[in-house]
Amino acid sequence: MNATLRFWLGAVALGLALVAGLRLLGNDYGYFAGYFVLQYVVLAGAWNILGGYAGYVNFGAAGFMAAGAYSAIVVRQWLGWDLLPGIVAAAVVAGLLGLGTGYLTLRLKGVYFSIATLCLAVVLQTLVVNWDYVGGSRGAYIIHAREIPPFTSYTEMLFIVMLGLAIGTTGIGRAVEKSRLGRGLQAIRDNERAAEAVGVPTLRLKLVATTLCGALMGVAGAPLPYYSGYLNPEAAFSLAYAVNAIAMPLIGGAGTWAGPVIGAVLLASLQQAATVTISSALNLWIVGWMLVVFVAIAPRGILGWFRRRG
Amino acid sequence: MTEAFFRAAGVGKRFGGFVALAEVDIELRAGERLGLIGPNGSGKSTFVNCISGDFAEHEGQVTLGGVALRGLKPHRRARLGMARTFQLPQPFNSLNVLENVRVPLLFAGHAAEATDRAMACLEQVEMADKARKLPRELTQVEQRRLELARAIALQPRLLIADEAMAGLSNAEVDQIIALLFKLNEAGAAVIMIEHIMRAVTAFSERLVVFVAGRKIADGPPREVLALPEVEGAYLGKQ
Ligand SMILES: Nc1ncnc2c1ncn2[C@@H]1O[C@H](COP(=O)(O)OP(=O)(O)OP(=O)(O)O)[C@@H](O)[C@H]1O
Ligand SMILES: [Mg+2]
Repeated sequence: MNATLRFWLGAVALGLALVAGLRLLGNDYGYFAGYFVLQYVVLAGAWNILGGYAGYVNFGAAGFMAAGAYSAIVVRQWLGWDLLPGIVAAAVVAGLLGLGTGYLTLRLKGVYFSIATLCLAVVLQTLVVNWDYVGGSRGAYIIHAREIPPFTSYTEMLFIVMLGLAIGTTGIGRAVEKSRLGRGLQAIRDNERAAEAVGVPTLRLKLVATTLCGALMGVAGAPLPYYSGYLNPEAAFSLAYAVNAIAMPLIGGAGTWAGPVIGAVLLASLQQAATVTISSALNLWIVGWMLVVFVAIAPRGILGWFRRRG
Repeated sequence: MTEAFFRAAGVGKRFGGFVALAEVDIELRAGERLGLIGPNGSGKSTFVNCISGDFAEHEGQVTLGGVALRGLKPHRRARLGMARTFQLPQPFNSLNVLENVRVPLLFAGHAAEATDRAMACLEQVEMADKARKLPRELTQVEQRRLELARAIALQPRLLIADEAMAGLSNAEVDQIIALLFKLNEAGAAVIMIEHIMRAVTAFSERLVVFVAGRKIADGPPREVLALPEVEGAYLGKQ
């Protein structure tokens, strides 16, 4: 209980310090770059729940992320609702998508499950490309106010929302890790047959994990159309999301709540810096090299590397 | 005779066209000690995998405490009081010994006192001092003890020990036999699957023999071992 309270207080204090620091900087770009990093904290944390704890590698992060983004667009066009209801809708839609995917695919072990999630993303993209209501392949615009008091800018507001989501996701990951659910998922990852034999309801736990993972990935994507002001299938289903969602937890330390945070901050900052200084075309190239380097020197991620020393 | 507490009737299993197990009937009284022997590949582990729910599809019926087990997943059977060890130990490799034993307790409604109970189970198998070790740091006999500790954490009414003594020294075999006796005295029926005849004869009240997927004998150990067909099966093998 004590440690949990300390976690939340620390996370909120860190969040406030970030906002205060960026305000002092007084430059909208800080929020813009910060949002970019934080969306990956959410995405990587979501991936980690299923991939890190249970060992089921989800290649379909872009599909869930896009499901969230398009849910926000539909809620906006259909009901005229704004960002926050859009996030809730994204969580519900992507969570159900996760549950459905789980039902259809969890009997597949190992790499077959991964391929199935990849297929899901492809199928979803095909659907969206052919769905005129959300702009089809042309995409959809979201026009929003420039100012939104009490925030200094719209981007600051988006940053703060994503900061809240990142803290929430990390807190959920930590709670899972410390709970019976987390232990059960670890048992599944280590030995699914033995887990069943000692009374772990493996299918039920995996369904909880796919649902939670899907919902949080959807949440990561919901503010995306507001952030870009425009969304097309190519951007929403970008390969970068699928690759980063896996690479970030692996590099930070998969199966630990802090691992995805560390990996996301490191990799996303590098990519953001490369985008500004050189070109975004380098992003996947950077991730690829980082993965190669880490597989060679720290196969259990940064946290695993320190733990072995410490 | 009283109503059987465990009953397998007409249990069979095919892999493709190969009949690994056929028409096996076995009944058990509560608290009975049964030895199950047979040459390599005679279907002993296959029988365990059928009754434990590992193989969802098989012929025949299995009941435990009057409950028909058809369609129940292994974790439901575990909840009903059936525990098994694996012929090759299957620990949770990233969890330490204590956490390995806590897993069954967490899901059996003992989350609050899981640590205390897990320690008690480890004490029973004399592994309390190894609680913080990882499975890969254990010796072979310690891995088998962990396997047993995890099974007894389920407080089983039926414990199936599939070659829990393979590869152990004489002294270690004696320790495991003593442990199985202790569990039996605490009320669990035990099916001991074993190639070490000394262990089987010391432990079993009754002996069942499988040959080529069929039950060829079932009765008091002394009588069963004297049967010419049983002797033949073993001589043929060795
Ligand atoms: N999953 C499987 N797929 C195909 N064949 C199998 C499978 N499991 C077991 N078999 C075959 O079924 C037969 C019985 O195997 P089983 O493991 O039940 O024997 P056993 O009596 O436990 O032997 P041992 O004493 O060596 O453990 C063997 O011929 C084995 O090769
Ligand atoms: Mg066997």
